[in-house]
Amino acid sequence: MSDSTTRDILNLTLQGIAGSPGIAIGKAYMVEQEDVDVVEKRFIEPENVPGEVKRFKAAVKKAQKRLQSVIKDVPKEFRDHIYILDVHRMLLKDKMIYNGTIEQIERENVNAEWALKMAIDEVKSIFKKMPGPYFRERASDIGQVSRLIMDNLLGTGLSNISGIDKRVVIIAHDLSPAETTQIQLEKVKAFLTDLGGKTSHTGIIARSLEIPAVLGLGNATQIIKTDDLIIVDGSAGIIILNPDEETLTRYQERKDLFEEYQAMITRSSHLPAETTDGFHLTVTANIGVLEEVVSVIDHGGDGIGLYRTEFLYLNRPAPPSEQELFDNYRDVAEIMAPNTVTIRTLDIGGDKFASGLQLAEEMNPALGLRAIRFSLRSPEIFETQLRAILRAANLGNVRIMFPMISELDEIVQAKQMLNQAAESLEKAGIPFRADIEVGAMIEVPSAVIMADVLAREVDFFSIGTNDLIQYSLAIDRVNKQVAHLYQPLHPAVLRMIRRVVGAAKEAGIQVCMCGEMAGDPVNLPVLLGMELDAVSMNPISIPVVKGMVRIMSLKESKLFLKEVLKQSAAADVIKLVQDTYGASFQKAAFSQPNQD
Amino acid sequence: MSRKVIIQNELGMHARAAAKIARLAEGARSNVYIVKDGEEADATSIIDVIALYCPNGAEVVVKITDPGDVKVLNRIARLIESGFGES
Repeated sequence: MSDSTTRDILNLTLQGIAGSPGIAIGKAYMVEQEDVDVVEKRFIEPENVPGEVKRFKAAVKKAQKRLQSVIKDVPKEFRDHIYILDVHRMLLKDKMIYNGTIEQIERENVNAEWALKMAIDEVKSIFKKMPGPYFRERASDIGQVSRLIMDNLLGTGLSNISGIDKRVVIIAHDLSPAETTQIQLEKVKAFLTDLGGKTSHTGIIARSLEIPAVLGLGNATQIIKTDDLIIVDGSAGIIILNPDEETLTRYQERKDLFEEYQAMITRSSHLPAETTDGFHLTVTANIGVLEEVVSVIDHGGDGIGLYRTEFLYLNRPAPPSEQELFDNYRDVAEIMAPNTVTIRTLDIGGDKFASGLQLAEEMNPALGLRAIRFSLRSPEIFETQLRAILRAANLGNVRIMFPMISELDEIVQAKQMLNQAAESLEKAGIPFRADIEVGAMIEVPSAVIMADVLAREVDFFSIGTNDLIQYSLAIDRVNKQVAHLYQPLHPAVLRMIRRVVGAAKEAGIQVCMCGEMAGDPVNLPVLLGMELDAVSMNPISIPVVKGMVRIMSLKESKLFLKEVLKQSAAADVIKLVQDTYGASFQKAAFSQPNQD
Repeated sequence: MSRKVIIQNELGMHARAAAKIARLAEGARSNVYIVKDGEEADATSIIDVIALYCPNGAEVVVKITDPGDVKVLNRIARLIESGFGES
């Protein structure tokens, strides 16, 4: 199938991963015109070899200068990426790439592009053979470095990102941190990439800026050309190339509806989320840095259901001091008061990476030394954090939550540590709050099974669905091969949630959900039927979820849940949700609820 | 001239660590090598050094070819022994 025949098809639909919701209609803008993989091989005359080498050296020099200036201009919020950029800058001159390419040109009498591709392929194959994901991932760094040079050789390059003069749909094979930080975001209608998933850099940026994105499209860059007309449906994770009049009109209407709805719910986001029959659902936010508090307030969050505290520990040589942590927690608590702030203790490990703390490379980080296991093994780091939280609790409405509890003893030990921290503050005469509420994250199947026992030891449960689904269904949701099997509405997942809620109600403690599942309106009828006390999500999802709650009734949701629990497969549940609530979602301008 | 050292940091020889070695090796007069299990890597090449695959606990040899580079040798050895300043 040649490019031209594929591209002449009207309404050619490509399925990717829904990276960031919303609909965009616009002209495509290819960030890199040539992929490293489609470079042409040309033979050159021996007398032109020195000239070709010179051309390559100039391209490297230009790439170095470019990176240097990018490093200089990196905005504050992206400072974390500087070390990556600096390693990239050194890699440009690495002998395996630099000398390797020059040797190829001289030995084979080939063009610089081809020689570079050969050198890069060689390096990549070395990396790919290495054990451990950290080293394998470096192959992607090498790819990005080679593209910096290749872009200069081919006369394309990063500069075309900052030179965009109209609002476009950005399409790229992959976007590196260097490129993402360069994009003038006001010119971007949507992001499309061949690689990447929900948790990729591009996905995170797109969601926080509320720009639609479809990622993991596979070979989209080989099909789409700059200036092609594209419809991007970031909610369904699909793009439509060369739409006909009818499709265009349909999506234009959908886009208007979506935006109208967004505007409507944003206006009403500060009102409580109360069902038509008077049930009040607390809708809180998940945040990772202090600065996000502004967004929580803007989007009408009823508090913070999950404050991830890892950020202050990342990319630094030593863990933060108690004072630094206290200042940070106090700020969050004071801004959010009188609303609750739930601080989760350190959840280092798994997909996160702390350079300041010495962590062994593990075969299965998700099953390794992380979260509460790590904290209990590092009493000094843990106690510092506990003291800071106890002190902040004195100045706001703060709760504490322990991540990844898998057995009773972990809660018992963590509470002992908390008591010790309180005693040490008491002795030192530092003000703190002694009767702080303590919660357990329920995100490991063993904790689900033992929920009735765990409930006796804590004041609340918070169901972390991202990990719970991952551990229960044995799905790595970052792995594209199996990501489609990651199903929040899987009957097994629903039965587990029901069990946890039941145990909490039995013990008379609060239960909330803070995974991504809670932020997707498609799951709301089921969650409402379960009678969770609170749901916590990405701040930008709050208005949509609150808006949905207001058009639903608790009574109907409970009846609906009964039907749902009779289903035997995820697909049946999804169909039932769609048949029953499809019209409500349509009204809310959501696309097919078949995406996570 | 060479010195034997053990990789101390938990993550082993990762990209940033190799970059630190490369920066020191660039200041040498002659070639500097990191040797592991008889395999030699050019210390100025991040890729070459990473490709040796040195996890925590691995034994490597830092080797210089010009006696005038003994300072570089010692600095690289110290860097590795200090766990690349990561603790």
